[in-house]
Amino acid sequence: MTLWIALIATAAGCYLLKYAGLAAPRRLLDDPWLRRFATAVPLALLAALIAVQALGDGQALVWDTARMAGVGAALLALVLRAPFLVVVVAAAGTTAALRALGVG
Amino acid sequence: MKLLSQLRSPAVRDSLGIGVAVGAAGLAFGTAAVAAGLSPAQALFLSLFMFTGASQFALVGVIAGGGSLVAGALGALLLGARNTLYGLRLADVLGYRGARRALAAHGVIDETTAVTLVQPDRESARTAFMTTYVVLGGFWVATTLVGALATERVSDIDAFGLDAVGPAIFLGLLWPRLREGGPRTWLIAGLGAGAALAATPFLPPGVPVLLAASAALLSFVGVGGRAPEGVGPCERSDGSHGSDASEGARP
Repeated sequence: MTLWIALIATAAGCYLLKYAGLAAPRRLLDDPWLRRFATAVPLALLAALIAVQALGDGQALVWDTARMAGVGAALLALVLRAPFLVVVVAAAGTTAALRALGVG
Repeated sequence: MKLLSQLRSPAVRDSLGIGVAVGAAGLAFGTAAVAAGLSPAQALFLSLFMFTGASQFALVGVIAGGGSLVAGALGALLLGARNTLYGLRLADVLGYRGARRALAAHGVIDETTAVTLVQPDRESARTAFMTTYVVLGGFWVATTLVGALATERVSDIDAFGLDAVGPAIFLGLLWPRLREGGPRTWLIAGLGAGAALAATPFLPPGVPVLLAASAALLSFVGVGGRAPEGVGPCERSDGSHGSDASEGARP
């Protein structure tokens, strides 16, 4: 039940954030501080999420060779400008293949 | 005949391609959600109503790590705040009011913004926005359900390498920003990752990621005046918005 409440509240918050943009006065866009903050926060957040999900396991830091190879495959696919689905499949496929071979 | 010519319009063509390709990624979300302990109904609820992929993955990732729901929700909301910036840019282009604006707001995400902002006039902007929204949303919700139901029947998630999917998806969102960005863009990303890793052993799951957001404050110190470069699909100075949408971004 607590989980449902958290999901509903977060979904509502995400909707309000979207609506606020469409409804707010457009001159807010001219505010350099707002622009800078709004572009920098996703950068730091996304990088942190990648690091924690790749190397974290609860509160421990772990090196999982198969998982890291999957992340590396995703990076390679992005460098080669592959479509998004290819990036995801490359990550899961590499990790799964290495685990099947007994790595990590 | 009108339908045929509409189907051939660049606005619709772009929108269909992106909608189908990115919408299919809901498969990965449904899988991650159920692996984290959510029910298929809860996964479906998020794809239907939260409908912003990065936030959905972030929230589910914290739940999977056994972190606090508050930390997970805050991370999801911080990520979702970039949609506010998209909305500000779309407001004049779409020109919706009242109930239509309230409905359109739900569809303000990375891809709809990227496709809409490159259209030459309001009519094609509205066509592109609505086509991408409906096609991508439909696929996103349907594939979420498929992924969630399939994962319920799988006993060993790790064997399928699904733990690599989360980082790969965030990398797909971050990479276009890094590629377009300057040294400061890389610095903010590097500090964010470093701060989160350093804090991981000492703080409950979810909180280190929030802490890392403070790395973004770096963009406020030092060289004043300029925003960091490489700021995502809709912020390019040269006005070429198209390529990101077909490459890395998702809802």
